[in-house]
Amino acid sequence: MGAKQLWGLAAVAALCISAPVKAQETIKIAFIDPLSGGGASTGEAGLKTYQFLADQLNAKGGVLSRRIEIVSYDNKLNPQESLIQVQKAIDAGIRIITQGNGSGVAAAITDFVAKYNDRNPGKEVLYLNYAAVDPVLTNEKCNFWHFRFDANSDIKMEALTNYMKPRSNIKKVYLINQDYSFGHAVRSEARKMLSAKRPDIQIVGDEVHPLQKITDFAPYVAKIKASGADSIITGNWGQDIALLLKAAADAGLQVDWYTYYAGSVGGPTGVKQTGLNHRVFEISEGSANIPYAPAQEIEKALRAKYDIGLLYPRVVNEMRMLVTAIEQAKSTDPGKIALKLEDMKVTVFNGGEGFMRAADHQFFQPMYIKSFGELAANEPFDEEKTGWGWRVIAKVDTADTVLPTVCKMKRPST
Amino acid sequence: MLELVIISILNGVQFGMLLFLMASGLTLIFSMMGVLNFAHASFYMLGAFFGFQIARWLGFWPALLIAPALVGIIGALVERYGLRNVHRQGHVPELLFTFGLAYVIEEVVQMIWGKAPVDFRVPALLDFPAFTIFTTNYPAYKLLMLLTSAGIFLVLFIVLTRTRIGLVIQAALSHPHMVAHLGHNVPLVFMSVFGVGSALAAIAGVIAGPALVTQSNMAGLLGPILFVVVVVGGLGSLAGAFAASLLIGLVQTFAVSVNTSLADVFAFAHVTPSPGSILGDLWTVTLAQIAPILPYLLLVMVLILKPTGLWGTRET
Amino acid sequence: MIEALTVRAGLAVRPAVPVVIAHYGTWIAVAVMFVVPPLVFRSGTALTMMSLMGISIVFALSYNMLLGQTGMLSFGHAVYFGLGAYFAVHCMNAAITSGLPVPLPIIPLVGGLGGLAFAILFGWVSTKRSGTAFAMISLGLAELVGSSALILRSFFGGEEGVTTDRTRLLRLFDISFGPQIEVYYLIAAWCLVCMVLMYKFTRTPLGRMCNAVRDNSERAQFVGYNPQFVRFLAFCVSGFFAGVAGGLAAIHFEIANSAYFSATQSGNVLLATFIGGSGYFFGPVIGAAVVSYLQVMLSDVTEIWQLYFGLLFITMVMFAPQGIAGLLMMHRPLWRRRALLKVAAAYALALPPALVMLAGIALVIEMTYRLSVKAAEGPHMTFFSVPFAADQPPAWLTAGLLIVGGFILFRLTWPIIAAAWVNAESRKELAQ
Repeated sequence: MGAKQLWGLAAVAALCISAPVKAQETIKIAFIDPLSGGGASTGEAGLKTYQFLADQLNAKGGVLSRRIEIVSYDNKLNPQESLIQVQKAIDAGIRIITQGNGSGVAAAITDFVAKYNDRNPGKEVLYLNYAAVDPVLTNEKCNFWHFRFDANSDIKMEALTNYMKPRSNIKKVYLINQDYSFGHAVRSEARKMLSAKRPDIQIVGDEVHPLQKITDFAPYVAKIKASGADSIITGNWGQDIALLLKAAADAGLQVDWYTYYAGSVGGPTGVKQTGLNHRVFEISEGSANIPYAPAQEIEKALRAKYDIGLLYPRVVNEMRMLVTAIEQAKSTDPGKIALKLEDMKVTVFNGGEGFMRAADHQFFQPMYIKSFGELAANEPFDEEKTGWGWRVIAKVDTADTVLPTVCKMKRPST
Repeated sequence: MLELVIISILNGVQFGMLLFLMASGLTLIFSMMGVLNFAHASFYMLGAFFGFQIARWLGFWPALLIAPALVGIIGALVERYGLRNVHRQGHVPELLFTFGLAYVIEEVVQMIWGKAPVDFRVPALLDFPAFTIFTTNYPAYKLLMLLTSAGIFLVLFIVLTRTRIGLVIQAALSHPHMVAHLGHNVPLVFMSVFGVGSALAAIAGVIAGPALVTQSNMAGLLGPILFVVVVVGGLGSLAGAFAASLLIGLVQTFAVSVNTSLADVFAFAHVTPSPGSILGDLWTVTLAQIAPILPYLLLVMVLILKPTGLWGTRET
Repeated sequence: MIEALTVRAGLAVRPAVPVVIAHYGTWIAVAVMFVVPPLVFRSGTALTMMSLMGISIVFALSYNMLLGQTGMLSFGHAVYFGLGAYFAVHCMNAAITSGLPVPLPIIPLVGGLGGLAFAILFGWVSTKRSGTAFAMISLGLAELVGSSALILRSFFGGEEGVTTDRTRLLRLFDISFGPQIEVYYLIAAWCLVCMVLMYKFTRTPLGRMCNAVRDNSERAQFVGYNPQFVRFLAFCVSGFFAGVAGGLAAIHFEIANSAYFSATQSGNVLLATFIGGSGYFFGPVIGAAVVSYLQVMLSDVTEIWQLYFGLLFITMVMFAPQGIAGLLMMHRPLWRRRALLKVAAAYALALPPALVMLAGIALVIEMTYRLSVKAAEGPHMTFFSVPFAADQPPAWLTAGLLIVGGFILFRLTWPIIAAAWVNAESRKELAQ
């Protein structure tokens, strides 16, 4: 072993012996997401967003006169690895964890956090979920220490199918999703809601493929072609949507796309390659071209610094709400923060009102259906230097997004 | 339906040829050393990344020539200074050395280019559909991949069987001592075979890079399938590697297009095992879903039934 | 010594106390090494790391039964580890839902039985071949099982895996196993038991036949044993202990998912066993402890610790294939001759130039990393608390100087070490 390792070992051995000292100077938030492998591009984009927001907050003086520090951990999109990283974060004294990519990972983390907090009273950790949208996390698996800042999959499918309902040109729909809890949630809800709202629509394909592993979607695109579908519904995110779009572009597939995450890293480039102008739709909580000045300022600043668009308005909401909760509670104790977060009502990033429901810790906010294509004069932002950008074509008000929950949360006795 | 079949054949053959491009080098190296080179897929990855970097500076076509040459030189050096020293210690240390090498190469690539995918684009010259079958376009770039792989197979075949140096190589693979007695520089032959094998993997990397994702986990994704190809085809047989690559490429591609499961096949029997059990899973899983593991099933069956591989000549 | 063995007429022989201590002393010392550390190092990180070490030790020892004892190189040993974990998790969940009185300490045994069952099933197929073919089969099986884990969702839980709760099982002596220290002692107890059992296995006739098959399977056949059957038995026993390790991991993490089958898991145990030294029983123990420690701690020191790890591995394969244990045991004759000090002095002389050279290499690696991936954070960095800019020539010149200078000085000390060895070995062996 080299000298560096020896010094490192000596230093760490000393640390092991001494009692853990909590750093009073910074408020640390652990960012646990894939930073290698198939989910790396998405995880990196998320990390840059958090770092940007933390820098902005610190420039204004931080929270309770303390700086915010984002500590990143690579979970390789794997539940077991995520638990190892969560344990590392906890051992490093971090008490706020945020994660988003992969509902399988989220399920493992929320389970772990519930057990850990139960067994270690006084040392609880808070889990802020910014993108894992499997409905089960705020229903059967809900817990007091988990907060979800993105609309869950059922809410999104409800909005999408409501938009699809009056469009009579949709006759044959092909479902293609990732083979895990979220992908299955998308397909089953899509089937259920379509058969209720448009029983005449024929579902000509229902495909599931491995998560973040396929690099060549050409065979799948060939199948979609053979089925004669005119529309695709997909919950694919990250590399899976980017490469699917790329393969569709190569094969010249001409269909409408109803997606959750066509805006993922690489997605816009794929859409531009397909040449489908305003035929690819996405449901999300914000858009760069919404004419709301405060949001567009932040969009400009982020692009200037990191050269990426703001893919996660919900992360802005999350950070703002976290800061507000800390300031209102005048403490960084997760229990106190949670109590303040529960009932919070805020003005969300792109304008409009949102609220956190205390019953299941699900955040509700205005949702937008947007399409990707050529920009009009009043749309200043394009994506990934393609010259095309997002245009909002429908808005769902917060009140209309609310769905019931079966959550029976065990609240800590306070 | 016909469109699907034809497109699947094209995709399957193209993937198979790509596999062959890599497997050919691996087969040659195995025939020479009797050790399966774990780092072979890593040379493929190095080729892709070198290709990406050189393409950024000089363009895609120079990259296609320079990157494999660089990787070939690296391969030759690895053989000369690494493997030759470890060879004395036996087979297991050799395998372990190549294993460690694969690990280190992946780490170095991550260190230099990062863990996220890099934007290796198809050259603008080839970014158009070559032809249209019914309503599906077949990209010109994929046609290039197909033609390059086929061309290299032909060249390899001719060099190995019809030229003098090819005969020397073939002889050195099976009787190195005798060939050395006859005055040929056998260590040099080994070093060049290793170098050429690595260069072949690198060519595969350069052309596959834009089509498949160029990322530091490339080697891990394609590596195991490579071993399946080599073992199924027969360790030591180039023609076997070719046939096995095509077989696996076609099987994987066609499997994805087939949505039948055992439940569909036996629908007439009205047998429905309970959905939450293992039998239920096996009953309802579609061929498309098990497409990724078909090569490994094939590997295990071949190893049980005919361990020398379908066309193999050598015992391991 | 002679007195100790004197047999008085009619009386049984009582071995002298020193002999007893020598025989069981090692195990007592090992037990002490398991019991004491958590009382000294109490932090969460330390407990987690020691628990992981315990699991790795069992896993690595089971792997060495194949590699070191029987000469079988397997690239898919994680299959039995993972299957043991899954069986353990399902057993725990079944016990919780049905209320059966199954105490937690028994669960690793369930894992072991799961590993054994599949080792029998797969081993029958795998051990028909040896050498490279065996290695390839093991690789193929590992990929097969790993991918099947995502297809057979009812048993393997798909991408999410299967979770459990270790505190909800029957509690003996009111121990809930919630706190990490209780889990650590459970793991330590099982680790000790497994170590003793596996050591005893090496001493049995079957264990010796495994060695014989490793060394010369044709001769083993002449003696009358079927090498394939011997390998099969070794495979099964190895699978059992790998399953036990998996069960312990399931208890520690309370989740079993397809990552347990991954190539990384198989690769790590191979690394640990080889670095520790596959030729000695305690080699994998050292290797597992060192690798676990590096994995947990090194990632805090430098972001590219895995590269150092891989370089260490390659260096060991090329220059020290006998592993750490082998290097230590190489000095045993010197220890016997009480001549270690002479060689130690030569080592002390060689150490500084070697460290300087290594520091130079580490500097180059860290600078390259800084300039390539971390370019967005600017070229300013620190190395051993010395700040500098990575894109300026002085840094690179210094690195080059360190490497070249260190290597030259290091090279100069080699003859000194050789001379010290010769000197030490020439000393007469002291009477024991």
